[in-house]
Amino acid sequence: MLTFLALTSVVLLGIVPEQSQAIAIYTGWERHALVGSDIRLSCSFFSWRWTSEDVTFSWTYRPDGSRDSISIFHYTGGAAYVDNKGPFRDRLEFVGNPGRRDGSILLKNLELNDNGTFTCDAKNPPDIVGRPSSVRLLVFEKVPIQAGVITGAIIGVVLGLLVLIVVIYYLMRFLVARRVFSLSVSKHGKKKKEGSQQRQIKV
Amino acid sequence: MLLILLGVLILHVIILILLIVSTAASAWSVADNSGKDLWYKCSTNNGGYHCQPSSNEDWIQAVQALMILSVLFCFFSLIAFLYQLFRLVKGGRFFFTAIFQILASVFVMCGAIIYTVMCPDDGTHPNFGYAYVLAWVAFPLCLISGLIYIVLRKKE
Repeated sequence: MLTFLALTSVVLLGIVPEQSQAIAIYTGWERHALVGSDIRLSCSFFSWRWTSEDVTFSWTYRPDGSRDSISIFHYTGGAAYVDNKGPFRDRLEFVGNPGRRDGSILLKNLELNDNGTFTCDAKNPPDIVGRPSSVRLLVFEKVPIQAGVITGAIIGVVLGLLVLIVVIYYLMRFLVARRVFSLSVSKHGKKKKEGSQQRQIKV
Repeated sequence: MLLILLGVLILHVIILILLIVSTAASAWSVADNSGKDLWYKCSTNNGGYHCQPSSNEDWIQAVQALMILSVLFCFFSLIAFLYQLFRLVKGGRFFFTAIFQILASVFVMCGAIIYTVMCPDDGTHPNFGYAYVLAWVAFPLCLISGLIYIVLRKKE
């Protein structure tokens, strides 16, 4: 009886995780870049199995407004194959580390036509069931101002100046009260007409 | 004396409310079925009421900042007024209150002017909405209120 239970539990533990866990692929959600710059699109995955030697990464590209994807990168059998005929020929470089589950690529010299969705698909045999993950690339001619940056800056500067002026005002009043300086008008609202026995040092 | 004080206080509160409504309502420009600026662009198409955030251009952000600052300064001047009401010496003037109120009016003026000059022209020829009008109404009221505070003296 005990042996039967032990065997069942071992078999269940062996089978059930394989069916319920899948490979999980992580890329960014959206990336912004300037025309002419380089950008690194990262892709990594999580799998319950050890990284096998037959791990594969593949990247496909779908331009904005188009419904067709084109394959631009494939890593398999320990070798990386980059795009040599498509829109990214001579502009694509593999900068990932498959041993560390990193399948990132580097796109160089971006153009405005490179706007689109990049999909990364990774497989870690025998863990091959998983959903590919996509990252959207937005290429700008100049960096757009984020909402609220200028607003916050203006408000911060004005309030900071206000605080500074109040602090200086109270500091001057404190210094006058301590007789470090003497002014012709010293307290709020009252005008003191000094006799001319002491020299007034005007600050 | 009490009547004057009450009147000035009510005027101040009205100005504060006008400024808050003008800043918060996104109705600086209205076209047929849509209102936009400072914060949202909302339009009623046949599908329903759709809103999206206003464009992030620098001048819209400057107008947002100036309107928020004017609300803040009007609020500070209200607090300064209440404080100085009880703590000022006899015969003193409400200087802090006046300074904050005048600064608030300057900020509203700058914000309204910037919006007028840089108003976006999409080709739909929008008209100016009620929030814009409220901003221009609040500016002279705020200035007058600030000048009243300069003239006002605390008697007892």
